[in-house]
Amino acid sequence: MEELEQVLEKNGLIFAFLAVGLLTWGTDVLSKKAFSSKIPGSALAIFLALGMGYLGGLIADGEQGLADLPVFKGLSILGGGMFRDFAIVATVTGASFLLIRKSGWIGFISLILGIGVFFISGVALAWAMGYRDAVSLCTLGAGACTYIVGPVTGGALGASSEVIALSIATGVVKTIAVTILTPLLAKKIGLQSPESAMAFGGIMGTSSGVAAGLAATHLSLVPYGSVTATFYTGLGCLICPSLFYLLLSTLLGV
Amino acid sequence: MIKGLAILSFCFLIGMWCGALLGSWLGIDANVGGVGFAMIFFLLLKEASVKKGLWKGEFAFGIEFWNKLYIPIVIAMAASLNVKSALSSGLLAVLAGLLPVLLAFWVFKLLIKKLGTP
Repeated sequence: MEELEQVLEKNGLIFAFLAVGLLTWGTDVLSKKAFSSKIPGSALAIFLALGMGYLGGLIADGEQGLADLPVFKGLSILGGGMFRDFAIVATVTGASFLLIRKSGWIGFISLILGIGVFFISGVALAWAMGYRDAVSLCTLGAGACTYIVGPVTGGALGASSEVIALSIATGVVKTIAVTILTPLLAKKIGLQSPESAMAFGGIMGTSSGVAAGLAATHLSLVPYGSVTATFYTGLGCLICPSLFYLLLSTLLGV
Repeated sequence: MIKGLAILSFCFLIGMWCGALLGSWLGIDANVGGVGFAMIFFLLLKEASVKKGLWKGEFAFGIEFWNKLYIPIVIAMAASLNVKSALSSGLLAVLAGLLPVLLAFWVFKLLIKKLGTP
């Protein structure tokens, strides 16, 4: 048994292929048999993977979910930023330049709208929970945008580490919520064309959540959603600690 | 196979470079739209190679493979997220993570209705 464990730990990435493959196999069968294909197998797999990430966190008490267990370390390589971004670019195979250019302005409007909605509602909730200083409010509002914008903003403004940690947690909850809710609500909100996917990516912004949610909805929508979503974090990092902070502190009269 | 993969890698690296340059030009410590730039470069090269008749067989397979690998990567990513601490960081993290998302879904619905896109 010890030998097997060693082999799995040494060949982490390969074991991750096997683990994800088996999970997908299982959820495809589950989707057909139990949900008569109404919930796509990939959505079930992503949802179950989140559950396992939770369990992994409980057992190993680390920061990378299931990948904190040495045997499953490969998952953090396969699911890490490098492979994720590379594969997102590859999904462009199914996209058309004309369409992206045609709906470019929708993407732009939705980006501004999205960052505004998340920042303002994040700040409002932080206010309701008793935060009153502009730095904490701004950091928590930025955390509602994505788990990268939060700490970048908090770091730039000198927020307390407790507030920064909270802003990261907020962003991760957002990613999870978008991942789960997108395939469930897609039809209801009219998310089915490339144009609407571009607007969706701009409004939701979390590139992992948008991409995962769209992948579970329809793979062909992924490139359109991602192309706008990838600008969201950068734009958020740009305006949250500057323009939004100035507006906030003026409003608060500090 | 490897030729297609090389094209994809080339676009990816150039795109990320643009994102890093834009980030440092704007004075923020983040990659601004690197993946987005990479996607646009790749799209242009793709259209060009389709026109030249390069885009077939082995060449396309090297890229198609990564396209198909996308969902497994997302599954692995989901399993390695810090789900536990996100859910146990208290009410504010859960509320501020969830409620704005619901609001944004509603805003999205309004926007799509207004624009009248199919």
